[in-house]
Amino acid sequence: MVIGNTTLTLTEEQGMLMDVAHEFCRDKSPVSVVRAQLDTELGFDTNIWKEMIALGWTGIALPEHCGGSGLGVSALVPVFEAMGRALLGTPLLTTSLAAQLIMRASGAAQESRLTDIASGTVATLALNEDSDWGREHFAVSLDSRGTLSGTKRFVPDATVAKLFVVPVQRDGELAIALVDASQLPDGAIRPNTLIDETKRAANVDFTGVSVEEERVISGAQVADALHDTRLIGALLVAAEATGSAGACLDTIVEYLKTRKQFGKLIGSYQALKHPTVDILIDTDSSRSFIYHAASVVGNDSLDVDCEIACRMAKAQATDTLLQAGDRAIQFHGGMGFTYECDAQLYLRRAQWSQQQFGDAQHHRKRLAKLLLG
Amino acid sequence: MSVSELELNEFRAEVSAWMHDNNPADPGFLLPQTFMEVGDERQLEFLREWQHKIWAAGYLGMAWPKEYGGRGVDPAFQTIADHEMRRHAVPISFNIIGLGWAGPLINDIGTAQEKEKYLKRILTAEDVWCQGFSEPENGSDLGNAQTRAVRDGDEYVINGQKIWTTMGNFAQYMILLARTNPDTPRKYDGLSFFLSPMDIPGVETRPIRKLTGEYGFTETFFTDARIPANCLMGEEGQGWKIAMQTLQYERGAEAGAAGGQMMVRVTVEDMINELQGVIRDEAAVLDDPLLRDQLVKAIMEEKSLVLGVRRAAIPGLSSDYPGSLALSGKLRMSESTRRMRQLAIKLQGAEGALYVGDEEARQRGFWQRAYLNSFSATIGGGTSQVQTNIVAEHVLGLPK
Repeated sequence: MVIGNTTLTLTEEQGMLMDVAHEFCRDKSPVSVVRAQLDTELGFDTNIWKEMIALGWTGIALPEHCGGSGLGVSALVPVFEAMGRALLGTPLLTTSLAAQLIMRASGAAQESRLTDIASGTVATLALNEDSDWGREHFAVSLDSRGTLSGTKRFVPDATVAKLFVVPVQRDGELAIALVDASQLPDGAIRPNTLIDETKRAANVDFTGVSVEEERVISGAQVADALHDTRLIGALLVAAEATGSAGACLDTIVEYLKTRKQFGKLIGSYQALKHPTVDILIDTDSSRSFIYHAASVVGNDSLDVDCEIACRMAKAQATDTLLQAGDRAIQFHGGMGFTYECDAQLYLRRAQWSQQQFGDAQHHRKRLAKLLLG
Repeated sequence: MSVSELELNEFRAEVSAWMHDNNPADPGFLLPQTFMEVGDERQLEFLREWQHKIWAAGYLGMAWPKEYGGRGVDPAFQTIADHEMRRHAVPISFNIIGLGWAGPLINDIGTAQEKEKYLKRILTAEDVWCQGFSEPENGSDLGNAQTRAVRDGDEYVINGQKIWTTMGNFAQYMILLARTNPDTPRKYDGLSFFLSPMDIPGVETRPIRKLTGEYGFTETFFTDARIPANCLMGEEGQGWKIAMQTLQYERGAEAGAAGGQMMVRVTVEDMINELQGVIRDEAAVLDDPLLRDQLVKAIMEEKSLVLGVRRAAIPGLSSDYPGSLALSGKLRMSESTRRMRQLAIKLQGAEGALYVGDEEARQRGFWQRAYLNSFSATIGGGTSQVQTNIVAEHVLGLPK
């Protein structure tokens, strides 16, 4: 069956996290707080981050013996949806992905890193070297003496990260180097200026950094672990984008219900009303896809159903947000053209989200192979 | 009445085998895909025979009383039979207004005489039923129906016009919504519900030729048509309530319907299977990167519809805009179906220009006809544009 797996459930834990996360994000991250962070170095309020750690969010998907709650990636989906809704940044996304890669690639060998992450150490996944999300072979390399060379680009939250999880090539094989921030020479981190001012990323030059052998993860399982981590990255970004699209829709609807032109509320004009319903319908689709993916993805290696689910979630959700953000600007008219109007926050977030872990076409191209052969 | 899982599983195997063995061979002409597409006598007779055969085998009206042609068993059996009919894509059980609307209603609130007179003949397809709700001036606004029924002794005299009467020209009976009192403060309270014969003086049907070139609906004219007073269901003024009651049987056998399937389901997968062997740029069409992208989109649309049904059943996952999935369901489903069929023609290449009647047309022109017919769902029951207004106003709270 080409439609395949259509499981969709909500566990009690997911439901509780959803409620807690929505309430937390609504209370702690109103748009005034988001705006106050747009031009700061870190891009987030460290007090909020500490509260998130105290709530256990950095350990949701990590095993209990590492200080996590053992709920798996599925339980992160409602959390990121809530964070996306509130445009709440923080390093939770990249920290979670760094942890997933370590956990999936190293088994028990690196458990102390996971324990650190669960208790609040900021980690980041240093993946990209160029614009290509389809890159399988890395130029950043680890030589036989254990020295790194090369630069990773678009490394999320690099200035605040304590641990860098760096996929590299060593002797033509894929490996992962674990690098402490303290090992980086001055000037190694060059922050990017991002279109989404709620996010932070940087180029990180790892050239000359020595990595002890016990801090290298290698073996045949690394490629699978990286493949799965990319898919989980796509899913979590999709969850975040779905939340943002919902909030963007609310922003549009609020304006359409209050703004008058030619003596009528502009929401009564079908030229605005109908595309807004299209956004609702696409947002509904996005939610269905992310919770379907959350229902099938577990701690095990991701099977083809999971891969399809994650890719569909990403393909749907970030295109939905692109359209929602785009129309939000247009429907706000002159107001929409100003920095003051919140619509720009969603439009900018949409540009960032679509690029993370591959855009819709990147995923549809791979879905075509999975679904049509 | 409780039925064991084992019993149901045995039945499932039995009915599945029967559908497999008895699924009719291609009759040499294109069969209707839905009950709204029965256009000629040839199709009618084929479907009449098929429905009679399902009934005779014991797979229709299973939960209806034995004395009226049913088997009096738990509706779970009929649900399984319906599922197997769908799975084996057997022809439709065309007498759906009888099986799914009029029949269950008569079963619920009819008199013993009415049950005796009508029910079995609905199941055997000896009597075809049609529905007279919509009127030319009141397409979306049923409550405003103006066809008049005036009591005259032992009869009602009917005057007016109905439109989009499915199989009106073939039907022996109509469930008719007519106004017995034009002066009630609420327009709904003046309506009454009749089981009205079609083969009487003063009833004239005029087939409507659809954009497909085929038939399936009629306009129905009542000119001083006299029907016995006992054709009235319930009391005068209860018409709206009873009409709404007929809608609940759509939920299937568990809700009282006799069963059967009103349409042959078509999926993206059917379309993809049909495209095996189509050539584009001297290679398989399914290898074309741009078309592959469109197919993936179509698959995602269909999957999203299925997932939406699942999600709507989970309150925690459908609370942000309550009612959104339910109210937009018809809009999403009908528009997605229309787009998919449009794509199916495009993917055929030059053959997409062939139509029903050309012997070289793929599947006898099935997709071409299906695309043209798909507008019945984007227009009927409230156009997509009206549906979009409904969602905007009732779900998003946008002003009228």
